[in-house]
Order: sequence, then structure tokens, then C-alpha cells
Amino acid sequence: MLAISFGVLAEPVMGVAAPIVMSAVVFAGSAQFASTAVLADGGGAIAAIVAGILLNLRYAPMGIALAPSLRGGPRRRAAYGQAMIDASWAMASRGEGRFDPSFMVGATLPSYPAWVLGTVVGVFAGDLISDPEALGLDALFPAFFLALLIGGELRGGRTAIAVALLGAAVALALSPFAPPGVPVICACVAALVGLPGRKAR
Amino acid sequence: MTDVWVTIAVLAVATFAIRAAGPIAVGGRELPGPVLSVIALVAPALLAALVVTQTLTGESGDLMIDERAAGVAAAGGVMAWRGSILLALTAAVGVTAGLRAL
Repeated sequence: MLAISFGVLAEPVMGVAAPIVMSAVVFAGSAQFASTAVLADGGGAIAAIVAGILLNLRYAPMGIALAPSLRGGPRRRAAYGQAMIDASWAMASRGEGRFDPSFMVGATLPSYPAWVLGTVVGVFAGDLISDPEALGLDALFPAFFLALLIGGELRGGRTAIAVALLGAAVALALSPFAPPGVPVICACVAALVGLPGRKAR
Repeated sequence: MTDVWVTIAVLAVATFAIRAAGPIAVGGRELPGPVLSVIALVAPALLAALVVTQTLTGESGDLMIDERAAGVAAAGGVMAWRGSILLALTAAVGVTAGLRAL
């Protein structure tokens, strides 16, 4: 269903083919939404890429957590890494830092065709919609990001909430002056708040 | 249109590399704690920035409050209450479209 939303939202920005290709080769929901949002604002390729990469950075620590549960050589390990999507990774966690890699792959495999096919459906549905604003579709992007925040990221506690507020303030303050896409990227500087807290412990 | 394809190509390669990096890199060489905590905080900062810029700014980037803001606020309420992304998105679209139809 999220894939359908992505297709509907991306179609006016990218046309019919590009969102489908993006879902097939990137296969990372929040990054696809983020870079599409930046492109929709006229942010250009570099800002869109940086926004997408920043959101996907979370796969680095997720992969590190997964690593001790993996066997085999680098290629095999890298292949398991590609099966990391948020939901499967979380479901494959067995506690105390252990993961069930086969379970994760099993959970991801059906998600891939569903994600790509959903995008196809959304793109063609989006093509039929003549006035997206009358249907309130412009509220979908920010609502999706807010849902991700509330449903996941803010559970990181007070620091995460403070960082989110700081990031929002930075982005709002910069947006009248900076080129599109740039305020969002600058907001990530708020994450540096994480530094002194850890050192103090 | 070039921007779109460049974005897709680079993002695809970068995402592949990031997903491969963790599983390959480990072998006693774990990232230091502060780096991990900063990475963990990038997502909330970026998502919050996307929420406010997509909700509260107009074409030129200046502050603008319209029906979107009500829709997004509704989505936040539904998400906090029920925890369902799909319900939240439905609320966002429904409230925004409803207010515009008035």
C-alpha cells in the first residue's frame, strides 16, 4: 500500500517509468520518498541524492548489528545485507544481538515484488488523477515522514525528540533563503547532538 | 528529467553499498559509539525537517499555512493513537481534501 502511495506521488514528479525503475533498483521506501520530495521541490539531483543517502545511512549500523550472525565470504555477506529492510530486520532480531538471517531473507523476498508492483499500480493511478491538490495528495509526503517519525525514530527517547525539533527549526529557518533541498540536508547537523552525550557516559 | 535518472542511478549504487558495508566490514572493526549514535540521530533530524518544509512552506520556501497543515496534524494524531501508517495517510488526505472542498 505504501508502494502505491509512492507511485501516485512520484508520477507527477518523475513520469511513469522512473518511479518503477527506482522502486526496482533502490528498494528503500523512506529514501525514495525523501529524494522524490526534494526533486518535487525543485531541489536538483545532488540534494535529492544526499537526502536519500542520509536516510539510508541507518543501514550501516543495522548491518553491523547483523554481521556477527552471518556466515561465509564477503559476497555472501553483502548479499544478505541487500535483504535488509526495516521491518524484516526488526522481525529477524532474536535478542541479545543475534539475528536469524534466513528469516530476514524470507521476510524480504515477498516484499520486493509487492513493492515494485505497488509502485506500478500507483503510477498508473496517479496518471489518472487530474488535480492531486483537490484530493489532498500534497499532504501525503509530509504525513508519511511524520508517521515514520512517530512510529519509529522518536522512540529513541528524549535525545531523538530534541534532535527532531532542532532539525525542524533549522530547516524552517533556512528555507526562505537556501535553495530547495538544502535546508533539509543542513538539518542533519542536529544529529551531532549525539556526540557529547555519549562521551559523558 | 536528467536529474531524476541521475538521482535514481546514484541512489541505487549508494544504497547497495551502504547495505553491503555493515556485513562486510565487521571483523573486530566496529564503529565507535559516538559515530553510531550520530548516525542513529540523522533519521529523526532529516524526517522532521522534511515534515516541516513539506507542510509549512510555499513554492518559494517562505512560511505558508494551508489545509495541508491540518491534514498532516491529523496524520500525526492518528499515528500516535493507533500506530498505523496507512490510517495516518488516509487521515492526512481525507482532512486536507475535506477542508479544501468546503
